[in-house]
Amino acid sequence: MSNAIELSGVSYRFGEHLAVDAVDLAVETGECFGLLGPNGAGKTTTIRLINTLLPLQRGSVRVFGLDVQRQAMAVRRQMGYVPQQLSVEAALTGRENVAWFARLFDVPRSERSERVAEVLELMELTETADRLAATYSGGMVRRLELAQALVNRPALLVLDEPTVGLDPVARDNVWKRVVDMQQRYAMTVLLTTHYMEEADVLCDRVALLHRGRLQAVGAPDALKAALGPDASLEDVFRHHTGDTLDEEEKGGLRNVRTTRSTARRMG
Amino acid sequence: MSAPPVAPPVAWAESSLAGRTSQLVSRIGTFCLVELQRLRHDRSELVTRMIQPILWLVVFGKTFSRLRAIPTGDVPYLDYLAPGIIAQSALFVAIFYGIMIIWERDSGVLTKLLVTPTPRVALVAGKAFAAGVRAVAQALIVIVVAAILGVSMTWNPLKLLGVLVVVVLGAAFFASNALYPVDLMPRWLQVISNGNPLSYQVAALRGLLIGTPTNLWLDFAVLAGSSAVGIGTAAALLGRLAR
Repeated sequence: MSNAIELSGVSYRFGEHLAVDAVDLAVETGECFGLLGPNGAGKTTTIRLINTLLPLQRGSVRVFGLDVQRQAMAVRRQMGYVPQQLSVEAALTGRENVAWFARLFDVPRSERSERVAEVLELMELTETADRLAATYSGGMVRRLELAQALVNRPALLVLDEPTVGLDPVARDNVWKRVVDMQQRYAMTVLLTTHYMEEADVLCDRVALLHRGRLQAVGAPDALKAALGPDASLEDVFRHHTGDTLDEEEKGGLRNVRTTRSTARRMG
Repeated sequence: MSAPPVAPPVAWAESSLAGRTSQLVSRIGTFCLVELQRLRHDRSELVTRMIQPILWLVVFGKTFSRLRAIPTGDVPYLDYLAPGIIAQSALFVAIFYGIMIIWERDSGVLTKLLVTPTPRVALVAGKAFAAGVRAVAQALIVIVVAAILGVSMTWNPLKLLGVLVVVVLGAAFFASNALYPVDLMPRWLQVISNGNPLSYQVAALRGLLIGTPTNLWLDFAVLAGSSAVGIGTAAALLGRLAR
């Protein structure tokens, strides 16, 4: 199977802090891949290198064979992205939010309204599509973001902690739709999450990052079996990363603020 | 959705100058449309933002017209002031939009926009023109209020179109000719005012609306040039906001 994402010798430094340290990683086309690790492990930095938000300092990143540095626009056309923060425009309706991204991804005018209606239907937002996004609940906002990310029918869906701040029912609801989309269209999904039980169920393979270094890569069952017969993915996580929180994270305070702010807005 | 995911057309828009230009125009149109949609859903902001320019015209303008403290030649002071207040409204909208980009960074909207196939320059230009849409809406209201107060302005549609273009293109307020003629300023402030694009915006607005003498080509050239420099600089620095 060909690779959707290939990282080779990737390092990234914020001043003195080495956020990503010589990471080699390959994500296969069509798989659901989880990037796991404690705060400051380098997950978000890695995602931002893949989705062209950060310029490469060392190493190479390819998405479907395209160089993220030299072919950034082509890479973005293959991708749908849901960031950790709530990122819809509250002053627009759900339908207008999705149509906005359809235009930004150059979805042809003749297909646009149909495509927008399709993804809204898929996310079960048809009934509320003409309400302002400001009136949506946290779970609905996340589904709306997924609709925005899917409107260009991306080959790669990147989700940065999409269930942070959601209650268990809303979390299940979001993951159900992600899995449905991934299976129906053999779309590649790259996600980060702090919920180990979710990663265990959802991901075909996971990678464990700690202090910017790749500690382990494999199928959840294989990683658990390597540790012991009754090991959980959380045990694997602890084994590779330790129990302590990393206090040295670059932008750690900002990340905590972001997470709290997102959780607060989710209600 | 019944169709399988289709790999989107790769880099068609980035492959030629015509493609890039068309993409730039399309993105500017998209951001302007989003701004119109926002305005349609929430007109209250438009109304609240009108209070300040109306106070400037009604209180400041009327009072100084009566005092005759600022020599503006044959032009009544209220007529002289009205184009300056239009420029002020546009300036405040521009400042608000600058701050809004920081909010959009914190809310994740900017991050998401930066991951769409939108060149940085198109993103900044799109935002700038979207601010222009809102500034035009406010300028139209100031023109109506000024007309009610008896300011003698042109109603030539071509000149009014020129006013809208100047508002969209059009940055320090007090160091400009918005409130008083440049000749009244101290020498050092005259130098700043002559280098201030807002002075050229106000001069063009006065030339178009009340017919005071100005070099419109120079005014338009300075506004287009300063907009291009502003958009280019912002586009080059935009990526840093998302790091």
